[in-house]
Amino acid sequence: MKPFTVHRGRVAPLDRVNVDTDQIIPKQFLKRIEKTGFGQFLFYDWRFGVDGKKNPDFVLHEPRYEGATVLVAGKNFGCGSSREHAVWALADFGFRAVISSSFADIFANNSTKNGFLAVLLTDDEVATVMKRAQDIDNYEVTVDLEKCEVRDNQGFFAKFPIDEFVRHCLLNGLDDIGLTLQHDAEIAEYEKHHPAPAALRV
Amino acid sequence: MTRTLFEKIWDAHLVASPPGRSPIVYIDLHLVHEVTSPQAFDGLRAAGREVRQPARTVATVDHNIPTEPRGTPITDLIAAKQISALQANCKEFGVRLFDMDSPDQGIVHVIGPELGVTQPGMTIVCGDSHTSTHGAFGALAFGIGTSEVEHVLATQCLAQRKPKTMKMDVRGKLADGVTAKDLALGIIGQIGTDGATGHVIEYAGTAVRALSMEGRMTLCNMSIEAGARAGMVAPDETTIAYVKGRRFAPTGADWDKAVACWRSLPSDEGAAFDKIVEIDAAQLCPFVTWGTNPGMVAPVTGRVPEIGAMEESDRRATELALQYMGLEPGEKIQDIGIDRVFIGSCTNSRIEDLRAAARVAKGHRVNSKVRAMVVPGSQTVKRAAEQEGLDRIFRDAGFEWRESGCSMCLGMNPDILQPGERCASTSNRNFEGRQGRGGGTLRIFGIGSLSKRENINRHASQTRDLWVAKNATRRAARPGPSAPNGWRLRMTNEGTI
Repeated sequence: MKPFTVHRGRVAPLDRVNVDTDQIIPKQFLKRIEKTGFGQFLFYDWRFGVDGKKNPDFVLHEPRYEGATVLVAGKNFGCGSSREHAVWALADFGFRAVISSSFADIFANNSTKNGFLAVLLTDDEVATVMKRAQDIDNYEVTVDLEKCEVRDNQGFFAKFPIDEFVRHCLLNGLDDIGLTLQHDAEIAEYEKHHPAPAALRV
Repeated sequence: MTRTLFEKIWDAHLVASPPGRSPIVYIDLHLVHEVTSPQAFDGLRAAGREVRQPARTVATVDHNIPTEPRGTPITDLIAAKQISALQANCKEFGVRLFDMDSPDQGIVHVIGPELGVTQPGMTIVCGDSHTSTHGAFGALAFGIGTSEVEHVLATQCLAQRKPKTMKMDVRGKLADGVTAKDLALGIIGQIGTDGATGHVIEYAGTAVRALSMEGRMTLCNMSIEAGARAGMVAPDETTIAYVKGRRFAPTGADWDKAVACWRSLPSDEGAAFDKIVEIDAAQLCPFVTWGTNPGMVAPVTGRVPEIGAMEESDRRATELALQYMGLEPGEKIQDIGIDRVFIGSCTNSRIEDLRAAARVAKGHRVNSKVRAMVVPGSQTVKRAAEQEGLDRIFRDAGFEWRESGCSMCLGMNPDILQPGERCASTSNRNFEGRQGRGGGTLRIFGIGSLSKRENINRHASQTRDLWVAKNATRRAARPGPSAPNGWRLRMTNEGTI
């Protein structure tokens, strides 16, 4: 996994609440069997018309948000389906982090496996970042996982909470399957007392 | 020390609790389908890993398969490739697959219970958010992403932070004609789509005890729509009777031992929850969703909300939803026209659901301008329905009778809405575009004679056709209260039962 330490980047404001994973990556693009190449389909139904033409009004198509790497959105971001394709699409499009005041559990979990940061701020802090991203050209923030803080160069500063173990894995780009397999002896011991049902064997 | 149902299962599956790290939890059953697994199997191959416990892993194809008669060639080549990838992966890694041509194929959350692989006390995961369905059996069941699918395939474990607990205490009795789905929608309409985020819900109380296993599955299925990590119902005699004799259920002495264990699972008296929600079942009525998330709920006898005094963020979300659905503020629910009807999905496609829908459909005709389809949850459900003659009732009423799969619930196969169409659907999510780009979902349960607005111009106010629920299900079984004016559930922090 790509480590996440400190990232500074342009902020794009997506001023909607309850952005579900069906919006982030519509179902017709889930049939690919690769992990790559999903960025082109990010927010597809909002970015493109039924005729496939670019919707110039959608925020990510405004020239001033071109190259944005931090998304700020309303509460309950990533709700709905468990599709990890949502995180793959955001990351492949170029985003490194999304800031919101709440995240759906599965989306937040999926983020941590992909070096992508779901940054939890308060409603007021999200509102401030949203407004600055809307009002100020080339508005950038620094998302600092080492210090667990978000700051801009105009005085905004906020700390964010994150599970210490998740932070450790993200900072170091650790593969958590490898970490779990460090407990192979304990898993094997557990399995000795809980054998798999024979009936389901092929 | 007293413990909840969730805590008993959690404790029994703790493999390790390394300091400063998430606890490692053993997974008893891993359900796999074609859409969220190919990248996970690729990951195993790249790392030279095996599936640790193929006998705890069960696969089926459900999400993207067509519901035309089996044997019809799959014209979507990318979907076909995803299906053949699952077939090849199951063969390579020794995983049991209930394939397209299997008599046991079906929606993963329908076949787990009906085959008896879903059992009380288990930890169950699947790369699908509606895995919460299996919690109906008193199992801890939750959806995971593809990285975690790979993690479970490789280790049969997950590193998980311990979620919080929430008790939904549903007291009293649901009125006739008020279903488990109405209970779920009533709750989500009040607490919102993030009301239970970070929590495992335990549904309890007399109204939940009175539900059949099918009803409990519907209720637990919808837990994710309230943001919950999982939903659970403690096992009781209803549960045990359902599991007994199923193909993969324990037998003989193993059965007796299992039942004794299951009986010890219900939450202890006095066990503490992080949150408690009290609901008076008698206050509930039939609900529909009118908007673009499952929290946008109104009584079937009610109206789409007025924008008026809403807070800014709610107002904006409501305006966007009304615009998408082509509705006017304050419009009567029963005046909303529909173009399509979908009976199916892991929420409501079991035999009990089809019986209920057939009772209503019997003797009616689907309006000629409406396309209505029934998609049984599994081949087993389909056969059972055909034995009872339900397929004839549906066909006579003008419904299409299809093969099993997820179908129009998420529209990954050809069963989708066209732009501007509205669908009355028994599925779980009404997100924008979920059933087809530009299409809108009105979720209800139980559908009968149907009518349609005269045009598809996205302005339902211009039509005065009767809406589906007006002259169908709800006529047969109208509940006590006509509308739950001002009904409120009560939520408290840190309570005990």
